[in-house]
Amino acid sequence: MDRQATMEQGLTQAVAAPRLSTAARRRQLREKAIAGFITLMAFTGIAALLLIIVFVAKEALALFMDAEARHEASLSKMFMAQEGRYPFRWQPVSDTPKVSMIPLFVGTLKITFVSMLVSVPLGVFGALFVAEFAPRRLRELLKPVIELLAGIPSVVLGFFALMVLSPVVKDLFHLDRPLNGTLAGLALALAIVPVIFTVSEDALTAVPRSYREASLALGATLWETAWKVVLPAAAPGILAACVLGFGRAIGETMIVLMASGNADLVSWNLGDSARSMSATIAAEMGEVVVGSTHYSLLFFIGVELFLFTFVLNMVASTWTKKVLRRLTGSAS
Amino acid sequence: MKYTTRRAVGLALTGLTALAAFIIVAMLALILLDVARNGARHVSWAFLTRPPSDGMMGGGIFPAIFGTAALTLLMTLAVMPVGVLTAVYLHEYAPPGSRFARWVRVAVINLAGVPSIVFGLFGLGFFILFVGGGLDRMLGYEEMHWAQPSILWAALTLAVLTLPVVIVSTEEALRAVPLDQRTASLALGATQSQTLVRVVLPGALPGILTGAVLAISRGAGEVAPILFTGAAYFLPDLPTQLDSQFMHLGYHTYVMATQSPNVTEASGPLYATVLVLLALTFALNLVAVIIRTRTRRKAASAH
Repeated sequence: MDRQATMEQGLTQAVAAPRLSTAARRRQLREKAIAGFITLMAFTGIAALLLIIVFVAKEALALFMDAEARHEASLSKMFMAQEGRYPFRWQPVSDTPKVSMIPLFVGTLKITFVSMLVSVPLGVFGALFVAEFAPRRLRELLKPVIELLAGIPSVVLGFFALMVLSPVVKDLFHLDRPLNGTLAGLALALAIVPVIFTVSEDALTAVPRSYREASLALGATLWETAWKVVLPAAAPGILAACVLGFGRAIGETMIVLMASGNADLVSWNLGDSARSMSATIAAEMGEVVVGSTHYSLLFFIGVELFLFTFVLNMVASTWTKKVLRRLTGSAS
Repeated sequence: MKYTTRRAVGLALTGLTALAAFIIVAMLALILLDVARNGARHVSWAFLTRPPSDGMMGGGIFPAIFGTAALTLLMTLAVMPVGVLTAVYLHEYAPPGSRFARWVRVAVINLAGVPSIVFGLFGLGFFILFVGGGLDRMLGYEEMHWAQPSILWAALTLAVLTLPVVIVSTEEALRAVPLDQRTASLALGATQSQTLVRVVLPGALPGILTGAVLAISRGAGEVAPILFTGAAYFLPDLPTQLDSQFMHLGYHTYVMATQSPNVTEASGPLYATVLVLLALTFALNLVAVIIRTRTRRKAASAH
């Protein structure tokens, strides 16, 4: 016991820090300071996310704290059917404000549904072609070109929907209105396709070559290999791509604002005009009185949007990690 | 089933996937061609250098171009140092298995998914009302001065929005710098920060620039976050101070397209505005995609 203690003491003495020159010590100190500063900077990302939820929620808080606001926009008025001819209306600036969120939910989901209906098959099939069938040259051309579609500003897509797609869609589906849920959904699909494509393509390329070789060696055709071996192996990643696209579709603002018609209808008819949550914020925040109930309501919609997309994002990133871990044996 | 039938079915379905890829590319081409064809007719030197007149129907869009450029420049100045240093921390400084680094990554992934309109709300609630209001109280302004929409707050809001873009591209660039170069530098007696500044960052420069270009292209095209943090439809003066409002190409497009009494009549200048906006963001994107494809190929061949 005693001997061990002396031995340990001897050891610590032996490896005690060598005496450093002042210059070396100063250099060490400087390195530490730099490392500390860089670590501090890395905190910005976390801080930004926290500040976003805190400050958006803070402005919405009046809905629950302020007596007058609580009366004007109670939870039951926001989410339950009201008496009268129209049980669900979003008219926050009329004499008797109606603040039902239901038409906004319905509008958002309707538009998102149309866009997913188009963009999931297009994105996943496109990714399958680029990852599995396209010759190398074509692949190296197609991938960046499709990524370029993601670089078109959403206001330009909204403008394109308004000027070019609108008459085409109206005639094609025999709709009454030039601006409607179908048009908004189709235009939205243009923004979602590159997201689904890129993430799906990454998942498909992560599937090891040995899977394909084994399947082909057993006599499966190229298509059978792609459809029954590669696609199932990459399935979590492709699901993640769809979830990510879904989140993007829910939050996208300018396209929907410009192309949906923005009427607060509760109707599942895809040809009707629709009002989404994001477009409501964008359209009404400009004219609202700071601190009013309407103002808090718009921030409350923002909180809902934040939470929806946050959950979808977490789900998507978990699945992406899962597919990477399964296929490569490590999560990076 | 006979092998030939299976092959035929497979080929047909493969054709379907090719069709999907073709449709995506065709839509892209359609948008670009439509805007280029209709916009080019109305773009002229006068259009690019004059302020609007006759209720936006005449004159040009110079203030909007200037506003977009100034906004994006401010945003880049704000986002680049923070974004690059965060990526440097994640890839160079974080101890392996660091919990803090994992949290930063989760935050960055989620930040990238926050809807752009929520950034607008955040800019209003945090920058304008909280920071701006605080500044006004501290500096003793009687009237609102900083607590109102301005180019500074819009730029900072966009900086937060583009932060993930910069972090992700910078990290990818750092990953492409071979480990040998770092160990060689350290073995020669350089400190970690010297290695970073003289070896790692120069090696990663093309990728970091790609990140900057992507962030600029994204920031220049976003409209939702600046709707209530500083954009204005028409201003007689250019934004010369941090607290002035500004005109913006994207916002201009939005208002003209949705609130003109006669869209057909306005379609000339409108298409031209869209063409300028698209040329700006798209050209930047093209540059970024080309650099990135090249670095990726180089990185792939290095391993």
